[in-house]
Amino acid sequence: MTAAVTTTPHGAVPVRTTARTRGYPTAWWGMAVFITTEFMIFLGLLSAYFFVRATSPHWPPGDIRPPELVRSSVFTVVLLSSSIPIFWMEWALPRGHMLQARVGLLLSFLMRAAFLGNTAYDYLHMEEGWRTNAYTSLFFTIVGLHALHLLVGLVMSLTVQTKVWLGKVTPDRHVTPDVFALYWHFVDGVWILVFTSLFVTAHFVT
Amino acid sequence: MAITERRPPATDARPDELEHALEERWEDAPGIPGFFNSVDHKRVGMRYIYTAFIFFFVAGALALVMRVQLAAPNADVLSPQTYNEFFTVHGTAMIFLFNTPVLAGFGNYLIPLMIGSRDMAFPRLNAFSYWIFVLSGLFFFASFAIGHPPDGGWFAYVPLTSKPYSGDVNIDFWGLAVIFVGISTTVGAVNFIVTIFKLRAPGMTLHRMPIFVWSMLVFAFMVIFAVPAVTVAASLLELDRLFGTSFYDVASGGSALLYQHLFWFWGHPEVYILFIPATGMISTIIPVFSRRRLAGYVWVVTALVAIGFISFGVWVHHMFATGIPPLSLSFFSAVSLIITIPSGVQFFAWIATMWKGVVRFSVPMLFAIGFLLIFLLGGITGVMVSVLPFDWQVTDSYFVVAHFHYVLNGAVVFPIFGALYYWLPKMTGRMLDERLGRISFWTMFVGFNVAFFPMHILGFLGMPRRVYTYDSGVGWSGLNLVISVASFAFGLGTLLTLVNFAMSHRRGAPAPDNPWDADTLEWSTSSPPPEYNFATTPVVSSLHPLWDEHPVPDAASGPDDARDDARRALGVAGALDKEMPVTEGLDALPQDTLGIPAPTYLPFLAALGVTAIFVGLLAEAVVVGVAGAVVGITAVVVWLWRTDEDLR
Amino acid sequence: MTAGTAFLTTVASIVTPKGSEADRIAGAWWLMFGLAAIVYVVVAGLIVYATVRGRRRGARPSGLREDAFIWIGGVAAPVVILFVLAVVTVHTTEALRRPARGALAVDVAGEDWWWAVRYPGTDIVTANEIHLPVDRPVDLRLTSDNVIHSFWVPELAGKQDAIPGQPNHLRFTPEATGTFIGRCAEYCGLQHAHMEIRVIVQTATDFGRWQARQEATRTEPVSDVAAAGAAIFQRQACAGCHTVRGTSATGTVGPDLTDFGGRETIGAGLLENNSRNLADWIRDAPELKPGTAMPSFHDLTDRDVQTIVAYLESLQ
Repeated sequence: MTAAVTTTPHGAVPVRTTARTRGYPTAWWGMAVFITTEFMIFLGLLSAYFFVRATSPHWPPGDIRPPELVRSSVFTVVLLSSSIPIFWMEWALPRGHMLQARVGLLLSFLMRAAFLGNTAYDYLHMEEGWRTNAYTSLFFTIVGLHALHLLVGLVMSLTVQTKVWLGKVTPDRHVTPDVFALYWHFVDGVWILVFTSLFVTAHFVT
Repeated sequence: MAITERRPPATDARPDELEHALEERWEDAPGIPGFFNSVDHKRVGMRYIYTAFIFFFVAGALALVMRVQLAAPNADVLSPQTYNEFFTVHGTAMIFLFNTPVLAGFGNYLIPLMIGSRDMAFPRLNAFSYWIFVLSGLFFFASFAIGHPPDGGWFAYVPLTSKPYSGDVNIDFWGLAVIFVGISTTVGAVNFIVTIFKLRAPGMTLHRMPIFVWSMLVFAFMVIFAVPAVTVAASLLELDRLFGTSFYDVASGGSALLYQHLFWFWGHPEVYILFIPATGMISTIIPVFSRRRLAGYVWVVTALVAIGFISFGVWVHHMFATGIPPLSLSFFSAVSLIITIPSGVQFFAWIATMWKGVVRFSVPMLFAIGFLLIFLLGGITGVMVSVLPFDWQVTDSYFVVAHFHYVLNGAVVFPIFGALYYWLPKMTGRMLDERLGRISFWTMFVGFNVAFFPMHILGFLGMPRRVYTYDSGVGWSGLNLVISVASFAFGLGTLLTLVNFAMSHRRGAPAPDNPWDADTLEWSTSSPPPEYNFATTPVVSSLHPLWDEHPVPDAASGPDDARDDARRALGVAGALDKEMPVTEGLDALPQDTLGIPAPTYLPFLAALGVTAIFVGLLAEAVVVGVAGAVVGITAVVVWLWRTDEDLR
Repeated sequence: MTAGTAFLTTVASIVTPKGSEADRIAGAWWLMFGLAAIVYVVVAGLIVYATVRGRRRGARPSGLREDAFIWIGGVAAPVVILFVLAVVTVHTTEALRRPARGALAVDVAGEDWWWAVRYPGTDIVTANEIHLPVDRPVDLRLTSDNVIHSFWVPELAGKQDAIPGQPNHLRFTPEATGTFIGRCAEYCGLQHAHMEIRVIVQTATDFGRWQARQEATRTEPVSDVAAAGAAIFQRQACAGCHTVRGTSATGTVGPDLTDFGGRETIGAGLLENNSRNLADWIRDAPELKPGTAMPSFHDLTDRDVQTIVAYLESLQ
């Protein structure tokens, strides 16, 4: 039930030309496609937010005040900055600077954990329940979904850090940290969108 | 004993020793362990197809019982509640558990073979997507077991499906199952995209890629961009129902129309997600049975991509009667008209191919021609319902039921049946019976048209959709009776193919490598193909490899190339190490190598974990949900821990 | 084919228009049908020809220019046809559903599973039937406070949804007298199949008379039996759910029954309105229309039921 197998078959063609670079690993491309679809989820939720907002006479409705900006902006900066150590890691790994990579990973982890802590604080101290009306439902679901993605990122970070410490990552093969970094930057990008839409523009309602 | 095409034997290692070594290296464990831990794309693909067809026959049976209820006015074969459950489950299962997965299954099976690869880019993810599919289907149908099947219609509009109007758990089965099965579709799409871009055989540039592969690529991209919308729609519904949020609750500032926008933003592309691979199958079958290459390949590819894009701009045409301002509606009406054009391009490409060729009426070709005649009508009624004021009369009536069955049954199911007759010989190694196939086709074709054409008239006569009965004396009775009888004929026709398939296992003639004298790479392997697909990777220099070069040349990799692992993977040494060559995205030049994982239970375990999460949500059992999350996350971490450094 | 068309044009359908909107849409339909028939015959002919061409004995290789064929058949011809349809769409749509001066306003609310009808500016409230004067523009304001319903009377106009939180309007002019039946056209739950609406288009004079009769207050039952029935009606649960104007029955859960005796059906098209059906309905509505909010009244004696029936049939 199998075709005949030969090592130097008749009609064989030598393939001399190869691509100039190895390109990104397939896992990286897989993550790229995956974050595209995750991004569409956030786009759907933000569209829902703006749709409901467009059909509401007041926004935020009722007595709810627009989201607090000062503390959120500070932690936004913390979050976005946490990508810098990861860029550092991406630079350090192919060059064999394993200690720098470890420091970058740890630093980034701590910064994001701090951001997550701030989000948790917001949830524990919200004025209205998150289910009160369409506004609170949308706001806390969107921020919450982002926080969930961030939490998953922290779990991934721990996994990557463990792998690095165990020596499973080398300057030639560092697929896992690269794929992780792509996801990490994605979580940042989503927050820029969420923060702008939910926090900033709520203060500029016409 | 399969008939194989033998090339002149090599002078090195004995071929049968090599064959034996390869088989040992690649074969799955036998029996039950092999069933649960296989990551072979061919097994996964065939399972998708078999499982999807089980759902097809179940959902079809529900429809036939509905038709018994509607055969006469004021019948009481089914209570209103049961009827409403049946039409909901019929539609939901046909779209989510048959049409979408069966096409994914064909894609799974065929893409690696058509592109000259040994498996998909992510074999474990592939297995995972199958397990999620079957478990989500079981989850959905478990609703029958507890007597609470969904009853909100397959698109489950709010507020009808909100808690105040659907207090019981019926709708939760629907909402959670939609999210659940969406995971399968999404990860499957990720797999298709990366596989198609990175694993093509050397020389298979994008211009030399088979049309079916192009259609699956468009399918996958559309899934990536569309499925999130229905996931959000269903998630917000379930948040409202399970957690008391207010997304759709008008009294709390929410919007009922929001649901429709989110749902149809996915819903419209979804029908093209189904239609495009079906046209890919037709574009494969027609040239083979016309003995002539597809006319206008470049135009057809362009048309597929164009449909993919345009289909995202028409969703509001499902909402023409909702009171949205006429200016917006006119825009969507116009774009809905425009989408006809790329379909027209494909249509005339098919006609031109047959015109310039010599047509053979094998069963796959009968289904293709039947498809053409059916899709012509379905496409025309599609144009009609794009005309805004006409849609105001016929939307939500039996006219639109006729239209979408012409396109989703006729224009998707007929190609699928053609594909069965075309590719099952390759998959099983057995030919299907031609005569029984012909009878099946004609029964399906006549039954289908007699069943669904009169529905256009019923719509004109004012019969709305989703009514469990109707009165006598309004002129609907005769037509309904005819429709009911003919739908049984259609169902019988589909059963004949099932019988044909079952019989072929024992009595089918052994299938040669290339029974149809087709042109794409899967036909260069044996029927069924070896576990490893290709011992040496083929080198492609044309769009029709088997027509232009016979036999298709293999990539030679001599001992020197041991240093270049990308080229080493091309040859037998790579096959023995379970490696695949990775090629550059556009030009398909070898650039890297990718290991294929050993069989593993992890995808199955991860899927079980995910299932427990959904069961926990449905039953509001926190422990079950959390346990599922723990199992799922652990399985995924272990799975991803072993990246390609230590895969095999 | 002609028999089919004859059938279509005698039974009530969207191509037997009796209203301005249905009329324009029917016109657009026949144009589309003509185009569709031509396209189908031509293209199906091409398919058949293409299929058999190569199989004929002595068939020579075809000189068909593929690209031209694809472009003409698949792009150029569709563009022309679609352009025509786009013009038809715009032309038909812009005349439809516009506010008109002097339009008669009617509020129609979709309920589970019946239609509440009210004439703003008057006291007139009814259910499941709308009276309209012929040749006068009407503006139906469609609302719902429960699930989405859709108002569809094919002979008069296309459909429009009644969506909670979003009042919609359906504007058209009835062009012939008669009774036109419509149905709810958005799946709304258990009894979606039994939610008919009847539009009774009358001459201006008849409509005026109907309006006057509706607005006149009636407090005296017309006979002793009816009086007895009215008494039971007030005493039993009936008055808690139904309104009869001019009495102390002011319930709003179920349809207003002030002019019930003159209505054609019971239960939004479920049963013909006669004494026997009405008696059955009062005794056990849930048996006849499962899911209805109206309870059964098994405890009522036959005599009481007949009396209530007499009362209700007297409400004209």
